[in-house]
Amino acid sequence: MKNKISDETIEYVGILAKLELSCEEKENAKADMEKMLDYIDILNELDTEDVAPLSHVFPVNNVFREDAVSQRDGSEDTLGNAPLSKSGCFKVPKTIG
Amino acid sequence: MDITSMTAVELGKSIKEGKLSVAEVVSAFLRRMDMVEKDVRGFVTIDREGVLLRAKEVQKLIDEGKLKGPLAGVPVAVKDNLCTKGLRTTCGSKILEDFKPAFTAEAVRNLEKAGAVIIGKTNMDEFAMGSTTETSFFGAARNPWNLEHVPGGSSGGSCAAVAACECPFALGTDTGGSIRQPSSFCGVVGLKPTYGTVSRYGLIAYGSSLDQIGPIAKDVTDCAAALEVLASYDSKDSTSIDRSRVSAFSARPDRGVSLDEESGLSLSEGHAFDRGVSGVSLDEESGLSLSEGHALDGGEGYDFMSALVNDVRGMRIGIPRDYFGDGLDREVKERILAAIKALKDRGAMVEEFDLSLVRYAIPAYYVIASAEASSNLSRFDGVKYGYRAGEYEGLHNMYKRTRQEGFGAEVKRRIMLGSFVLSSGYYDAYYLKALKVKALIKEAFDRAFARFDVIIAPAAPTTAPKLGESLRDPIKMYLGDIYTVSVNLAGLPGISVPVGTDSKGLPVGMQFIGNCFEENKIIRAAFSLEQTLADMGVKGGKALWPEGMIR
Repeated sequence: MKNKISDETIEYVGILAKLELSCEEKENAKADMEKMLDYIDILNELDTEDVAPLSHVFPVNNVFREDAVSQRDGSEDTLGNAPLSKSGCFKVPKTIG
Repeated sequence: MDITSMTAVELGKSIKEGKLSVAEVVSAFLRRMDMVEKDVRGFVTIDREGVLLRAKEVQKLIDEGKLKGPLAGVPVAVKDNLCTKGLRTTCGSKILEDFKPAFTAEAVRNLEKAGAVIIGKTNMDEFAMGSTTETSFFGAARNPWNLEHVPGGSSGGSCAAVAACECPFALGTDTGGSIRQPSSFCGVVGLKPTYGTVSRYGLIAYGSSLDQIGPIAKDVTDCAAALEVLASYDSKDSTSIDRSRVSAFSARPDRGVSLDEESGLSLSEGHAFDRGVSGVSLDEESGLSLSEGHALDGGEGYDFMSALVNDVRGMRIGIPRDYFGDGLDREVKERILAAIKALKDRGAMVEEFDLSLVRYAIPAYYVIASAEASSNLSRFDGVKYGYRAGEYEGLHNMYKRTRQEGFGAEVKRRIMLGSFVLSSGYYDAYYLKALKVKALIKEAFDRAFARFDVIIAPAAPTTAPKLGESLRDPIKMYLGDIYTVSVNLAGLPGISVPVGTDSKGLPVGMQFIGNCFEENKIIRAAFSLEQTLADMGVKGGKALWPEGMIR
């Protein structure tokens, strides 16, 4: 393995990805990611110094419209899928101690 | 003729002529499901009640002359990552096990408006991440040609359902080959349109810059008919493209697709096919604009059935040498070369060339797709919809536990890779690098389409592998996407058509790749091939079908 993923890195990736990984899963994830990055590294065979990154195939730009007011209350449907709701709001654990 | 072995267009015609009722057709497919679904497992949800009610409504509208299209009254299955109002939409994941959308995806709305009847939601790899439909939380779908083999993925449920005659046509989605590869494995026809052609509104996103919805059917005619219904400009999808404003700005044979000079970009300069589509121009302001000249092939960019012409004389077909080397199964190669010869004998001008950069497509794809997935899937946190962990301590722990318990292994693997390549310190080395390679791949296709009308490629290196063989080695599984992912990176249209079977009796698919907005060229080439193979008695297209089906 050329790439080495440290415990700190996998911990950090877990935070970014919002995943609670068990010790075993962390080890597996490290191995998986090292293998994948070694493979991805073949991209470095290409000289892309003067290449502009292409994020979108077509030159599509922002499309603006009039800020027209419309009346639509889909709150009941929307809340219908919430694991927990209360008084027309999503219910989550206490966020401020 | 048995109702379930008829094509969508044949069914639509019989319904219109009053030879069959919508209820009769729907019931026939429900009975077929009763027979085969326990083996195929192509569906996550079958809407038995809804479909019969809807059949009555549609019948009434047809009788009143209010619905006249070719798909009115025809049942359709929808991949389970497309939202259907009130009908469970799981994305093949535990995290959305009980999710009932509050709205319907635009592509599905378009089908409904055309009178198609949604019969159910099809099985798929979790969040469309996989090549076998084995990562589905609801269990693996099977290949109807041989139940010990996978149907491919991620639209494996849709392809298996069409191949097993459980529905005449279906919707799939294609981020890196997820329509074309399973179509190839299941001996059906699958079309991935040009990026932006079908609205992604209501599609649960995986890799937003790559995802595109498309039809899967028994033949090319059905795919063209379905695409006519599916394709539309939609202001609710910011990447939707108004194809009626993509213009053929020059009928000169020396120009292919290009962007307006102002935009400073050029997609390609090339030759136009002798009739029909010529050049295409885009400009900055709209996305796209109609400059001088005439619109694409008749129907303002939305007429695909007119391309169903059985003639390839003078069509310039490119064969990338680098797609036919190591790694391609011998029997797959033989079938494809035989199909290419058939086209040559019909007057197509076939030439080999070097596409280049082929080995870089997969790593670039996995960086980009995973990066986008890590962002797109951050919305699944147990607050607004879907699964929430039973036990947790505080908000952040709830997010983490919910996602830990709700997502499967492959999804987590890609979310982690995506989070990593976007993270500070690695962004330039991985994500930006991949976007640069994407630009090079696009340029390679531009050069190719300066010379050719269509490119032929395998759809997959092999026929369908056995269940359980692929998931052990993710990189090996990813390599199976070698012929499909670059099409997504470059935003191009591609269609997979059956060209025969291997010695195990499993279908082989071949892919036609077209330049942006040039669906009509690949539809014409695919239609011609389908007719030619049928005339030759080669097992391909409809002739493949429905013999050898299940037991």
